[in-house]
Amino acid sequence: MQPELTSEVKDLRSEIDTLKAKIERLEGSRQDQLSIALIAGDLDKILAAMIIALAAAAQDTKVKLFFSFWSLSALRDRKKKAKGKDFISKMFGIMLPKGKSKLKLSNMNMAGIGPLMIKGLMKKQGVMSLEKMFQEAAELGIEITICEMSMNLMGFKKEEMIDYPGLRYAGAVTFIAEANESATQLFIS
Amino acid sequence: MTPEELKNVSVTKSVDARGTACPGPLLEAKKAIGTIKVGDIMEVLSADEGTRVDIPKWCTKQGHEYLGAIEESGYYKIYLRKK
Repeated sequence: MQPELTSEVKDLRSEIDTLKAKIERLEGSRQDQLSIALIAGDLDKILAAMIIALAAAAQDTKVKLFFSFWSLSALRDRKKKAKGKDFISKMFGIMLPKGKSKLKLSNMNMAGIGPLMIKGLMKKQGVMSLEKMFQEAAELGIEITICEMSMNLMGFKKEEMIDYPGLRYAGAVTFIAEANESATQLFIS
Repeated sequence: MTPEELKNVSVTKSVDARGTACPGPLLEAKKAIGTIKVGDIMEVLSADEGTRVDIPKWCTKQGHEYLGAIEESGYYKIYLRKK
Protein backbone atom coordinates (compact mmCIF):
# COMPACT_ATOMS: atom_id res chain seq x y z
CA MET A 1 0.00 0.00 0.00
CA GLN A 2 1.07 3.55 -0.66
CA PRO A 3 2.06 5.54 2.39
CA GLU A 4 -0.69 8.16 1.79
CA LEU A 5 -3.34 5.46 1.72
CA THR A 6 -2.09 3.88 4.93
CA SER A 7 -2.29 7.19 6.72
CA GLU A 8 -5.82 7.79 5.36
CA VAL A 9 -6.95 4.40 6.64
CA LYS A 10 -5.43 5.26 9.99
CA ASP A 11 -7.36 8.54 10.10
CA LEU A 12 -10.60 6.80 9.19
CA ARG A 13 -10.10 4.21 11.91
CA SER A 14 -9.53 6.81 14.57
CA GLU A 15 -12.60 8.70 13.36
CA ILE A 16 -14.68 5.51 13.62
CA ASP A 17 -13.38 4.95 17.15
CA THR A 18 -14.36 8.48 18.14
CA LEU A 19 -17.84 7.97 16.70
CA LYS A 20 -18.22 4.63 18.48
CA ALA A 21 -17.37 6.25 21.80
CA LYS A 22 -19.88 9.01 21.09
CA ILE A 23 -22.65 6.53 20.28
CA GLU A 24 -21.94 4.60 23.46
CA ARG A 25 -22.26 7.79 25.48
CA LEU A 26 -25.50 8.71 23.72
CA GLU A 27 -26.98 5.27 24.28
CA GLY A 28 -26.20 5.54 27.96
CA SER A 29 -27.84 8.94 28.10
CA ARG A 30 -31.34 7.91 27.05
CA GLN A 31 -32.17 5.17 29.52
CA ASP A 32 -35.69 4.11 30.37
CA GLN A 33 -35.54 6.33 33.42
CA LEU A 34 -37.50 9.31 34.73
CA SER A 35 -35.92 12.04 36.84
CA ILE A 36 -38.14 14.51 38.65
CA ALA A 37 -36.91 17.52 40.57
CA LEU A 38 -39.50 18.69 43.10
CA ILE A 39 -39.36 22.22 44.41
CA ALA A 40 -42.94 23.06 45.40
CA GLY A 41 -44.38 21.71 48.62
CA ASP A 42 -48.06 22.13 47.80
CA LEU A 43 -50.33 19.13 48.11
CA ASP A 44 -51.46 19.33 44.48
CA LYS A 45 -47.90 19.50 43.17
CA ILE A 46 -46.60 16.66 45.32
CA LEU A 47 -49.63 14.62 44.20
CA ALA A 48 -48.86 15.37 40.55
CA ALA A 49 -45.26 14.27 40.99
CA MET A 50 -46.24 11.05 42.76
CA ILE A 51 -48.91 10.15 40.19
CA ILE A 52 -46.49 10.62 37.31
CA ALA A 53 -43.81 8.69 39.18
CA LEU A 54 -46.16 5.78 39.91
CA ALA A 55 -47.46 5.68 36.33
CA ALA A 56 -43.86 5.45 35.11
CA ALA A 57 -42.96 2.78 37.64
CA ALA A 58 -46.04 0.79 36.61
CA GLN A 59 -44.42 0.39 33.22
CA ASP A 60 -41.04 -0.54 34.66
CA THR A 61 -39.43 2.83 34.05
CA LYS A 62 -36.83 3.51 36.71
CA VAL A 63 -37.88 6.57 38.71
CA LYS A 64 -35.68 8.96 40.63
CA LEU A 65 -37.22 11.73 42.70
CA PHE A 66 -35.12 14.63 43.89
CA PHE A 67 -36.81 16.57 46.69
CA SER A 68 -35.62 20.11 47.40
CA PHE A 69 -36.78 23.32 49.09
CA TRP A 70 -40.51 23.47 49.97
CA SER A 71 -41.16 19.91 48.78
CA LEU A 72 -39.12 18.64 51.74
CA SER A 73 -42.09 19.37 54.02
CA ALA A 74 -43.74 16.33 52.45
CA LEU A 75 -40.91 14.11 53.68
CA ARG A 76 -41.08 15.24 57.31
CA ASP A 77 -42.29 12.58 59.68
CA ARG A 78 -45.18 13.86 61.76
CA LYS A 79 -44.06 11.84 64.77
CA LYS A 80 -40.35 12.52 64.72
CA LYS A 81 -38.56 15.36 66.47
CA ALA A 82 -35.15 16.84 65.84
CA LYS A 83 -33.06 18.31 68.60
CA GLY A 84 -30.45 21.02 68.64
CA LYS A 85 -32.07 23.48 66.22
CA ASP A 86 -31.27 27.16 66.31
CA PHE A 87 -34.00 29.81 66.60
CA ILE A 88 -34.58 30.35 62.87
CA SER A 89 -34.66 26.63 62.16
CA LYS A 90 -37.22 26.19 64.92
CA MET A 91 -39.35 28.95 63.40
CA PHE A 92 -39.16 27.35 59.95
CA GLY A 93 -40.06 24.04 61.52
CA ILE A 94 -43.16 25.53 63.10
CA MET A 95 -44.28 27.51 60.07
CA LEU A 96 -43.83 24.76 57.47
CA PRO A 97 -46.18 21.78 57.16
CA LYS A 98 -45.06 18.84 59.24
CA GLY A 99 -45.47 15.93 56.89
CA LYS A 100 -47.55 15.04 53.84
CA SER A 101 -50.83 15.06 55.72
CA LYS A 102 -50.39 18.75 56.53
CA LEU A 103 -49.64 20.09 53.04
CA LYS A 104 -51.53 23.07 51.66
CA LEU A 105 -53.05 23.57 48.23
CA SER A 106 -51.42 26.03 45.82
CA ASN A 107 -54.93 27.30 44.97
CA MET A 108 -58.13 27.40 47.00
CA ASN A 109 -56.39 26.48 50.23
CA MET A 110 -59.01 28.45 52.20
CA ALA A 111 -57.20 28.07 55.51
CA GLY A 112 -57.10 24.31 55.27
CA ILE A 113 -60.64 23.71 54.02
CA GLY A 114 -59.42 23.19 50.43
CA PRO A 115 -57.10 20.27 51.24
CA LEU A 116 -59.85 18.64 53.31
CA MET A 117 -62.26 18.95 50.39
CA ILE A 118 -59.72 17.56 47.91
CA LYS A 119 -58.92 14.64 50.19
CA GLY A 120 -62.62 13.89 50.54
CA LEU A 121 -63.07 13.98 46.77
CA MET A 122 -60.03 11.78 46.23
CA LYS A 123 -61.43 9.18 48.58
CA LYS A 124 -64.82 9.32 46.92
CA GLN A 125 -63.37 8.92 43.45
CA GLY A 126 -60.94 6.18 44.35
CA VAL A 127 -57.74 8.20 44.01
CA MET A 128 -55.02 6.80 46.26
CA SER A 129 -54.12 8.90 49.28
CA LEU A 130 -50.70 10.54 49.33
CA GLU A 131 -49.78 8.20 52.18
CA LYS A 132 -50.66 5.18 50.05
CA MET A 133 -48.78 6.63 47.07
CA PHE A 134 -45.58 6.76 49.11
CA GLN A 135 -46.12 3.14 50.18
CA GLU A 136 -46.62 2.06 46.57
CA ALA A 137 -43.58 4.08 45.53
CA ALA A 138 -41.45 2.28 48.11
CA GLU A 139 -42.73 -1.11 46.92
CA LEU A 140 -42.00 -0.24 43.30
CA GLY A 141 -38.47 0.82 44.13
CA ILE A 142 -38.90 4.50 43.32
CA GLU A 143 -35.79 6.25 44.60
CA ILE A 144 -36.01 9.35 46.75
CA THR A 145 -33.09 11.70 47.15
CA ILE A 146 -33.12 14.66 49.52
CA CYS A 147 -31.25 17.78 48.51
CA GLU A 148 -29.04 18.16 51.55
CA MET A 149 -28.21 21.80 50.95
CA SER A 150 -31.86 22.91 50.85
CA MET A 151 -32.72 20.66 53.80
CA ASN A 152 -30.12 22.55 55.83
CA LEU A 153 -31.42 25.89 54.54
CA MET A 154 -34.96 25.06 55.65
CA GLY A 155 -33.58 24.08 59.01
CA PHE A 156 -34.73 20.47 58.73
CA LYS A 157 -32.69 17.60 60.09
CA LYS A 158 -32.19 14.04 58.92
CA GLU A 159 -33.74 12.73 62.14
CA GLU A 160 -37.13 14.20 61.28
CA MET A 161 -37.41 12.70 57.80
CA ILE A 162 -39.69 9.76 57.01
CA ASP A 163 -38.53 6.16 56.94
CA TYR A 164 -38.28 5.28 53.28
CA PRO A 165 -36.25 2.45 51.78
CA GLY A 166 -32.99 3.72 50.34
CA LEU A 167 -33.68 7.36 51.23
CA ARG A 168 -30.48 9.22 50.54
CA TYR A 169 -28.98 12.68 50.80
CA ALA A 170 -27.12 14.21 47.89
CA GLY A 171 -26.43 17.37 45.97
CA ALA A 172 -27.37 18.95 42.66
CA VAL A 173 -24.52 17.17 40.88
CA THR A 174 -26.17 13.82 41.62
CA PHE A 175 -29.45 15.07 40.19
CA ILE A 176 -27.79 16.38 37.03
CA ALA A 177 -25.72 13.24 36.51
CA GLU A 178 -28.77 10.99 36.88
CA ALA A 179 -31.08 13.30 34.91
CA ASN A 180 -28.54 13.10 32.12
CA GLU A 181 -29.08 9.33 31.91
CA SER A 182 -32.87 9.68 32.00
CA ALA A 183 -34.95 9.78 28.83
CA THR A 184 -37.39 12.09 30.64
CA GLN A 185 -36.69 14.87 33.10
CA LEU A 186 -39.35 16.89 34.86
CA PHE A 187 -39.19 19.89 37.12
CA ILE A 188 -42.15 20.51 39.39
CA SER A 189 -42.14 23.93 40.98
CA MET B 1 -60.15 -8.70 18.27
CA THR B 2 -63.80 -7.89 17.66
CA PRO B 3 -66.13 -7.37 20.65
CA GLU B 4 -67.76 -10.75 19.92
CA GLU B 5 -64.41 -12.53 19.98
CA LEU B 6 -63.47 -10.72 23.20
CA LYS B 7 -66.67 -11.84 24.90
CA ASN B 8 -65.79 -15.48 24.24
CA VAL B 9 -62.11 -15.24 25.12
CA SER B 10 -60.91 -17.38 28.02
CA VAL B 11 -59.51 -15.12 30.69
CA THR B 12 -56.85 -16.44 33.08
CA LYS B 13 -56.87 -13.42 35.36
CA SER B 14 -59.41 -10.73 35.97
CA VAL B 15 -58.36 -7.52 37.69
CA ASP B 16 -61.19 -5.47 39.09
CA ALA B 17 -59.84 -1.94 39.36
CA ARG B 18 -63.19 -0.20 39.30
CA GLY B 19 -62.72 1.16 42.79
CA THR B 20 -59.54 3.03 42.00
CA ALA B 21 -58.60 5.97 39.79
CA CYS B 22 -55.42 6.74 37.83
CA PRO B 23 -52.75 5.44 38.34
CA GLY B 24 -54.33 2.70 40.50
CA PRO B 25 -55.54 0.44 37.65
CA LEU B 26 -52.09 0.45 36.04
CA LEU B 27 -50.44 -0.51 39.31
CA GLU B 28 -52.94 -3.32 39.78
CA ALA B 29 -52.35 -4.51 36.21
CA LYS B 30 -48.60 -4.48 36.82
CA LYS B 31 -48.98 -6.58 39.96
CA ALA B 32 -51.39 -9.03 38.34
CA ILE B 33 -49.39 -9.59 35.16
CA GLY B 34 -46.62 -11.11 37.24
CA THR B 35 -48.96 -13.86 38.42
CA ILE B 36 -49.89 -15.22 34.96
CA LYS B 37 -47.95 -17.13 32.30
CA VAL B 38 -46.82 -15.92 28.89
CA GLY B 39 -49.69 -16.39 26.43
CA ASP B 40 -52.35 -16.06 29.13
CA ILE B 41 -55.07 -13.47 28.77
CA MET B 42 -55.83 -10.88 31.43
CA GLU B 43 -58.81 -8.56 31.65
CA VAL B 44 -58.81 -5.28 33.53
CA LEU B 45 -62.08 -3.78 34.67
CA SER B 46 -61.93 -0.04 35.04
CA ALA B 47 -64.51 2.66 35.48
CA ASP B 48 -62.48 5.40 33.90
CA GLU B 49 -61.94 6.11 30.26
CA GLY B 50 -58.35 7.12 31.00
CA THR B 51 -57.43 3.53 31.77
CA ARG B 52 -58.91 2.35 28.48
CA VAL B 53 -56.55 4.74 26.71
CA ASP B 54 -53.60 4.06 29.05
CA ILE B 55 -53.61 0.24 28.90
CA PRO B 56 -52.80 -0.04 25.15
CA LYS B 57 -49.86 2.33 25.70
CA TRP B 58 -48.75 0.31 28.72
CA CYS B 59 -48.95 -2.86 26.57
CA THR B 60 -46.80 -1.34 23.83
CA LYS B 61 -44.20 -0.30 26.38
CA GLN B 62 -44.21 -3.63 28.20
CA GLY B 63 -44.37 -5.75 25.05
CA HIS B 64 -47.77 -7.31 25.80
CA GLU B 65 -50.43 -7.73 23.15
CA TYR B 66 -53.42 -5.43 23.53
CA LEU B 67 -56.55 -7.27 22.41
CA GLY B 68 -59.26 -4.64 22.75
CA ALA B 69 -61.91 -3.32 25.09
CA ILE B 70 -65.63 -3.73 25.59
CA GLU B 71 -67.78 -1.00 27.08
CA GLU B 72 -70.18 -2.26 29.71
CA SER B 73 -72.63 -0.09 31.57
CA GLY B 74 -70.49 2.24 33.63
CA TYR B 75 -67.15 0.51 33.13
CA TYR B 76 -64.76 -0.98 30.60
CA LYS B 77 -63.41 -4.49 30.18
CA ILE B 78 -59.92 -4.26 28.73
CA TYR B 79 -58.16 -7.34 27.38
CA LEU B 80 -54.51 -8.14 26.84
CA ARG B 81 -52.27 -11.14 26.30
CA LYS B 82 -49.04 -11.48 28.25
CA LYS B 83 -45.95 -11.78 26.03
